Amino acid sequence: MSANMDNHIVRFLGLMTVAALMVLAPSHARAQRVSPAPKADDSPAGNSQNGKKLFTSYGCFECHGHQAEGTPEGKTRLGPNPISFRELVKYIRQPTGQMPPYTSKVASDADLADIYAFLQSLPQPPKADSIPALK
Amino acid sequence: MARKLTVDRRKFLKGAAGGVAGLVASTTAIRAKEPTPVQSASAPLMPKEVDPSNVDVLTTDRSGSDFMVDVLKSLGFEYIASNPGSSFRGLHESVINYGGNQAPEFITCCHEESAIGMAHGYAKIEGKPMCVFVHSNVGLQHGSMAIFNAYCDRVPVYLIAGNTIDATVRRPGVEWDHSAQDLAAMVRDFLKWDDLPISLPHFAESAVRAYKIAMTTPTMPVLLVADSELQEGPIAPDAKFHIPKLALATPPQGESGSVAEAARLLVAAENPVIIADRAARTPAGMMHLIGLAEALQAPVIDQEGRLNFPTRHPLNHTQRSRALMADADVILGLELTDFWGTVHSMRDQLHRTSKPTTRDGAKLISISATDLDVKGNHQDIQRYPEVDLAIAGDAETTLPSLLEAVKRSITNDRKRTLQDRGSKLADAYQKALVQTRSQATYGWDTSPITIPRLSAEMWAQIKNEDWSLVSDVGHASRWPLRMWSFDKHYQFIGGSGGAGVGYGAPASAGAALANKKHGRLSVSIQTDGDLMYAPGILWTMAHHHIPLLSVMHNNRAYHQEVMHIQRMANRHNRGITRAGIGTTIQDPNIDFARVAQGMGVYAQGPITDPKDLGPALRRAIEVVKRGEPALIDAVTEPR
Repeated sequence: MSANMDNHIVRFLGLMTVAALMVLAPSHARAQRVSPAPKADDSPAGNSQNGKKLFTSYGCFECHGHQAEGTPEGKTRLGPNPISFRELVKYIRQPTGQMPPYTSKVASDADLADIYAFLQSLPQPPKADSIPALK
Repeated sequence: MARKLTVDRRKFLKGAAGGVAGLVASTTAIRAKEPTPVQSASAPLMPKEVDPSNVDVLTTDRSGSDFMVDVLKSLGFEYIASNPGSSFRGLHESVINYGGNQAPEFITCCHEESAIGMAHGYAKIEGKPMCVFVHSNVGLQHGSMAIFNAYCDRVPVYLIAGNTIDATVRRPGVEWDHSAQDLAAMVRDFLKWDDLPISLPHFAESAVRAYKIAMTTPTMPVLLVADSELQEGPIAPDAKFHIPKLALATPPQGESGSVAEAARLLVAAENPVIIADRAARTPAGMMHLIGLAEALQAPVIDQEGRLNFPTRHPLNHTQRSRALMADADVILGLELTDFWGTVHSMRDQLHRTSKPTTRDGAKLISISATDLDVKGNHQDIQRYPEVDLAIAGDAETTLPSLLEAVKRSITNDRKRTLQDRGSKLADAYQKALVQTRSQATYGWDTSPITIPRLSAEMWAQIKNEDWSLVSDVGHASRWPLRMWSFDKHYQFIGGSGGAGVGYGAPASAGAALANKKHGRLSVSIQTDGDLMYAPGILWTMAHHHIPLLSVMHNNRAYHQEVMHIQRMANRHNRGITRAGIGTTIQDPNIDFARVAQGMGVYAQGPITDPKDLGPALRRAIEVVKRGEPALIDAVTEPR
């Protein structure tokens, strides 16, 4: 085990600049679709259940959390209400910050569509005022 | 020198109350005339140099180690943390019998890294060193990483290592393996000072000197090598040795002209920013920093090497650091471990690039004692920062004069401008606080448990207590520091310093031991990988009734390393699904509650449903309030 773990993570966290991935548009929780239908916006049809699995197996959760909740130190929250699919893919393929690039060799467009469907399916959190532990 | 020690030892110690040099000389002369003793079958291991007149003297009422304990008592040590070892058996026995095992009390550890880690955490709460005994070269090697952490963290740790210097009296076999010519050599790169006393007066002088050096800013670990023959040799019942007076050196203050220039720059600045890392060594340090920030109405970014600034103070803008740094025209760095890294970003991609995070022309002022003691091998020195004004001195000691200089420089007109700035900063602070609370709600009810949920549940249980968070929280994305109200110096002790895994559990235990007599509720967020380095610390806590609530941040991985391997896999286009090989702690999942229970610690878990966390914490806190350790195993998100 390297002895400089913590320093690396402090820098890694501190320098993440993926703010462009922050939430932009409202969305609704989606049920899994057996036969996905095309959408009106630019996002392709995807399988949210498969996207959830990919979000774990591709290690997205390692930085962003299993519910894509992110952390305040640069590991951007990805959902609910993700940015547009086009912006998401652009960043994943060619990130401008610390995030490692996911080229099409390791994550296909279809995979990303499923992950996007998962992000769209995430429920809205409770209001902070409704949580006693946060008062 | 070693040869002289062997020949002279026994008679030297018997008459050591007299003139040392004279005794050495006289006994050497006597020894030269003595015939070589005949070895018998019953005593095949007897060194040939032994004085035959002493062969049948098998006991003594006083030994050199008794005097060594007198010295340790004079220095005010409360505890000696140690894993037992034969090279200091004399000292060990003297501590528990001659010294009554009180002040200092022997704390049994299961690994030297645990013992030194305990001393590290203890010092950051108590403000003085704990003594640690280590067993010659093997114990020192076991403990070397913990020494390095304390060194990087500028924390005093007082080490005594046993060693058998005289080759002719070593027992064959293991004692040879466990002896060294220059024992301190292996850790000298990260010690402030070490010595090998060859007489009891020498031990006394070096022991007091070592304490003084360890406690002089910048504080660091020191090591004394205690020769086993010096420990075990008899001394006359009426022997009296001098123990030198201890007078600690006062910390150095920055030069007055430079301090005045720093004040001028800060008062004239439109957007000054104060950044503190290990600035507040004591509660006074926090008080002085509050005074400076309020006088300037300047935001403070706490890098949290120590708790420098209250988290709920409206001038605490740690969470807005990036935006503040980009706008700052004057940046004051107080005891920063990495000024260059503070004002630059580095991108970890195939080609590493870096760029400043500050605007052109921003003035950088450093006040730090780091420049006063620098070594060359290990690179904790970090990259060279191009500051405009470098003030060598202890920041905490310098702050009062800086504050006075600032106050003298502020005109009434300027004061109104500063108050306007303070109002805007207070508004920004409140917005950031609301944003933090909102961010904590995402994934609130999900499993694995999110770190903000874990932090909020802990805060709900401790906020009305006199609590102390004795673990680092960098691995927890600093959530407690975002959510809890820290306003006392002892409520947070920073991180490991050297980033060596294995610091967390023992340092928490040592800090909790220091908190015990103050009646504080010690809590830690304990990572799984760290605890697995030396889990025997759990037994130590149970055995010595150290009240500490350890809440596992159990993400079942060396998570940092998972991300590093994933980064490499992405970079090499070789697939991204195998980063867990060699980096995760699964299959089987470790049942930390059972591990802790097996060592006598109250424990519950694994807890996967966040709704179960609050009640479990309540039950565990009751145990801790009764003076015992407790552990809650929470299965969590990675960060």
